[in-house]
Amino acid sequence: MWFHSKRLRWIVPWLFLAPALIIFTWFKFVPIIKGLFMSFYKVRFSGSDQWVGLANFERALSDSALHAASLNTLIYVVSTTIAGGIFAFAVALALEGQARHIRLIRTAIFIPAVTSIAVLAEIWRILFYPGADGVVNQMLGVFAVGPQGFMSDPDQALFIVILMQIWKNVPYNMMIFIAGLASINRELYDAASVDGASAFRKLWHVTIPGLVPAFSVVVMLSLIRGFRVFTEVYTTTGGGPANATEVIMTNIFKAGFERFDYGYAAAVSFLLFAFTVCLTIVHVSVKNRIDRT
Amino acid sequence: MKMTLPQRIARGLVYALLLIVFCGPFWGILATAFTKNTVQPGQLVLWPSNPTFDHFIYAWSEVKIWIYLFNSLFVVAIATVLQTFVSALAAYALARKRFRGAAIVSLAIISTMMLPDEVIAIPLYLILHAELPLLHTSIYNTYAAMILPVVGWAFSVFLLTEFMKAIPRDLEDAARVDGANELQIFWRVVLPLVRPALGTATIFGFLMIWDQYLLPLIAVDDRNLYTLPVILRSLRVDEVLQQNIFIAVTVVATVPCIVVYLLLQKQFNRGLMSGAVKG
Repeated sequence: MWFHSKRLRWIVPWLFLAPALIIFTWFKFVPIIKGLFMSFYKVRFSGSDQWVGLANFERALSDSALHAASLNTLIYVVSTTIAGGIFAFAVALALEGQARHIRLIRTAIFIPAVTSIAVLAEIWRILFYPGADGVVNQMLGVFAVGPQGFMSDPDQALFIVILMQIWKNVPYNMMIFIAGLASINRELYDAASVDGASAFRKLWHVTIPGLVPAFSVVVMLSLIRGFRVFTEVYTTTGGGPANATEVIMTNIFKAGFERFDYGYAAAVSFLLFAFTVCLTIVHVSVKNRIDRT
Repeated sequence: MKMTLPQRIARGLVYALLLIVFCGPFWGILATAFTKNTVQPGQLVLWPSNPTFDHFIYAWSEVKIWIYLFNSLFVVAIATVLQTFVSALAAYALARKRFRGAAIVSLAIISTMMLPDEVIAIPLYLILHAELPLLHTSIYNTYAAMILPVVGWAFSVFLLTEFMKAIPRDLEDAARVDGANELQIFWRVVLPLVRPALGTATIFGFLMIWDQYLLPLIAVDDRNLYTLPVILRSLRVDEVLQQNIFIAVTVVATVPCIVVYLLLQKQFNRGLMSGAVKG
């Protein structure tokens, strides 16, 4: 065949790469570059764009709504990462092992992790319905706690959305911890037992050091998911009530698709993107340092 | 290790608590969707009294959820197959060929793994509107707008590349001596050997595409092209829609992911492990 000829051999890998390269270029690389350019313009949907220099970025840095959204995002990220990690670790310890009934329970509790966020959001809205009839409010009623506003109460809404993210993350993180636990050398436990180590000391000196790679994956996944969070918030509260649950991405979405302020939305997106890249670099360098020791 | 009775009871309670927290709500919507008695917003039943299919039948014929179910299944099926195939082709070149530019290409693809899709939503929206060369039309408001952007997925390329690297070169050379060309080696030698990894790529791709929310939101505005996750929100604000029926729609939107997960569980767990090991 023609591509057996020596002169044309170089083309073979590029033919295999072509479909992926076309798709990645058009739907990933071009949008990244276009987004970067847009952030320096006042973009008009029809007609020509107007160069505004750093004005979009200046607006972003002095926008108090964006500051509030960034703070909410930070609260969201920190609490989902820490609580999602700790609970998942505890659940993994409780559900470690290969016994049939344990594997079954693991599969069952994994359901929230594979269900679409839009569905989880609807379930959450039913459970945390603000009226006295709501499922959780009825349960609270048993303990003589009056009906709560939950997602309609500006003081509670963010917490309830965070709770949903934790509910979804815990089973997922648990599976990563289970994989990590399975890779710990059994002999280390035996050696610790011979030395007369208590269960707590085994946990502290064998299990947790052995799970460092798993912790690293869990933290990174939670951080990345957290900073980009959009669907979880948009489908539960839409950023309300009174902007109490507004996060960076819902802020961008509203700037872009409700106020058609594309240039500004692109500038904020770019800041978020740059931040994610920095986070990744920090993660990789920390990970390399841990791997070396 | 033998457990004492109190320990057994404590374990049992922990299991029960976990099942209630993580599966209870799903049981609740299932039971409510099948119950004849009307529930108010915010209510769920624990057991379907007078079990009935009425709500599903109504959702099917009156709410026409088959349109959205079809859209979701169509998009996820085509996009998953394309995604896995395109990734496998690229992975073959990256794993089995040495060529100038390989390092740059793989770096460019891997770097998008850290790129949250959300941050390119605005420019992507404009690109979906842009007229394509030669075709003189944009793909906005078509299935293609929901499918093509998710076909390129770095995770899938990365996963398949790692697995294809592990195949011994002898097998490929033997096939080449027998006169097989590149496509035959790819299709008959390499792909069958990475079948487990293809399964892993497929289930992760399926779940990722099924869960797409922002993309269909910006890619189409024709209600007849909406996918199930997107229609849920519009149905919720529909005041006249009875709560049981809405919950029945929610159940329909939940079932496909769970079925696919249960079917491809082994492949799924393998993907999680490889992620955990490689980080």
